Amino acid sequence: MDTLSLLLNGFAIAFEPLNLALIIVGCTIGLFIGAMPGLGSVNGVAILLPMTFLVPPTSAIIFLGAIYYGAMYGGAISSIMLGIPGASTAVATTFDGRPMALKGQADKALIAAATASFVGGSIGVVLFTLFAPPLADLALAFGAPEIFALMLMAFATFIGLGSDDIPKTIFSIFIGLVFGAVGLDIISGEPRLIFGDIPGFYHGINFLVLAIGIYGIAEMLWVIETSKGDALMSKAEISVRRILDTLGELVRTWKTMLMGSLLGYFVGILPAAGATPGSLMAYGFAKTMAKDPETYGKGNINGVVAPECANNAASTGAMLPMLTLGIPGSPTTAILLGGMVIWGLEPGPLVFTDYPDFVWGFIASLYAANLFALLINIAFIPAFIWMLKMPFTILAPIIFVLCIVGGFVPTMDMHDVWLMLVFGIVGYFMRKLDYPMAPAVLAIVLGPLAEPALRQSLLISGGSFSIFFTRPAAGLIMAAALGLFLLPVWMIVRRKMDQRRKAS
Amino acid sequence: MRMAELVMGVVMGIFSLYLMWKSAELPIGWIPGEGPGGGAWPFWLALGMLLCCITIVIRWAKRLTPQSRSKEVYMDARAFRLFLLNAGALAAMIGLFHIVGAYGAIPLFLIFYLRYMGRHSWRLTGTFAAVTPVLMFLFFEIALQKTLPKGFTDPWFEPIFAFFY
Repeated sequence: MDTLSLLLNGFAIAFEPLNLALIIVGCTIGLFIGAMPGLGSVNGVAILLPMTFLVPPTSAIIFLGAIYYGAMYGGAISSIMLGIPGASTAVATTFDGRPMALKGQADKALIAAATASFVGGSIGVVLFTLFAPPLADLALAFGAPEIFALMLMAFATFIGLGSDDIPKTIFSIFIGLVFGAVGLDIISGEPRLIFGDIPGFYHGINFLVLAIGIYGIAEMLWVIETSKGDALMSKAEISVRRILDTLGELVRTWKTMLMGSLLGYFVGILPAAGATPGSLMAYGFAKTMAKDPETYGKGNINGVVAPECANNAASTGAMLPMLTLGIPGSPTTAILLGGMVIWGLEPGPLVFTDYPDFVWGFIASLYAANLFALLINIAFIPAFIWMLKMPFTILAPIIFVLCIVGGFVPTMDMHDVWLMLVFGIVGYFMRKLDYPMAPAVLAIVLGPLAEPALRQSLLISGGSFSIFFTRPAAGLIMAAALGLFLLPVWMIVRRKMDQRRKAS
Repeated sequence: MRMAELVMGVVMGIFSLYLMWKSAELPIGWIPGEGPGGGAWPFWLALGMLLCCITIVIRWAKRLTPQSRSKEVYMDARAFRLFLLNAGALAAMIGLFHIVGAYGAIPLFLIFYLRYMGRHSWRLTGTFAAVTPVLMFLFFEIALQKTLPKGFTDPWFEPIFAFFY
């Protein structure tokens, strides 16, 4: 009851004319920044942070929160339409969103992404409202062994029940992890895997470089080859009837939505995790749980729904440790935290009691931002569909240009652009031989989280791997991960037994 | 296609060996008080890559994968020409970023692609080649303050920046 009255008071603050206008403007700006390849919520929030000094702190955080939400929605747009992840959080959306667009179902994919984002964001903000303090404590109880076990579980989802060639899938995971290890060793600080002593490798391999190379350049080269240069980008259409049909189909994905939202939210609240691992893990879980895993990567609507629910739920989850503990769960929340300090607020356990108007106004604004982001997104879908109807020979060079600029902007280094081209070309050759590329992208994201977790765990245990099995939470997750790793072996054994039985 | 599967497996196997050797530049064993050496993580992962490549080659020899049974050509002449044109044009554009900068390279790439590859009219080609860099400049440099490479054209932008700031 107390929470409800505080929330109602928050709504009164969020719906003040200035704050409402900031929510709408923030969502719109965020949508376009998120849709631009290479730029994500972190860029939008960082660039517009200085502008928030013109308004009171509550309005400022509402504005930045709306940009954050808008960018989460927007990231899916270029993933689906162009096959280039608009933001790191939308990489997993490319896996099935792009094939849907190529099949003439761009409208369906865009509506699915927007609706899933709304559902994920709503579930995230409800959990935030009801269980903020206990969930923050739970996140803190997750130590290095649990985090490593969780990472292993994510990789296991791509292997267990996966319909792809298992050795090639494992190879893809390993190569992604090795690329994630390039740069400086996190403990000794020594250079590691600096190929040819090229200085550009010192800052590591930005995973967007790999993702844009594979899903932008390699995919475009593939489409050009398979269509013999006469590709039609899409036969996309949009009508009220198609929207209603899609919404009807989305109702049947409720299990995926719920799983993606809960998983995304939980990964989001873990310090240093954030929405990108959350969305990739949700995709892996959705594929593992599906009755038709072989359709994933070929345009399965659940493959769009799972990561989009997860990244929006995670973006809300990441705000929880920021507000309650003063620990940012993602790069964007780190900037928001900096903003709070500049505005004279002190994030931490007392924030709910010391600044109730600020906190509850912000939480209520997240409900409103979620709704406005959905409406603005759906309103722009016809314009996006119109763009897709452009001749391929106009759209292709624009996509290539966006790939190049998108590869340059995150690090402002031309080395990354060349590297992206190399990844694109090698990825194209590997794709022709059915090497799955999604696991490599997952691995390059999770690698920099998994390695320190493993090394810290082994340091704690003095080099014994038993630490992953003796701690209850870690042991449980490890057992599930190992079960998933062994599942393909069990399936092969069972298939052979069936064949033998039939033969006899 | 069959030969390509083998070549890819072998090339990636050799690359795995190179990664193992490169990782071993840092300690790959246990360092007392510090835990696993800095090279341990990539070394064991690269070893995993090598084992996968060996498995891929064995499966190729046993003709277990669709590619290893395929009699299709990996890349016919037309596909190769399209690949060369597209990848070459991209490489040329990236190379030109260093010399004439983004705002010189992008229009040249668009002119090549729209006019030569797409056979579009000069009017459409010119419009796209002129409007795209202007929009990109306004969005990236002015709105987001993200500077794109300008090569030798850098001084030409000083009056434009002076106008905006």
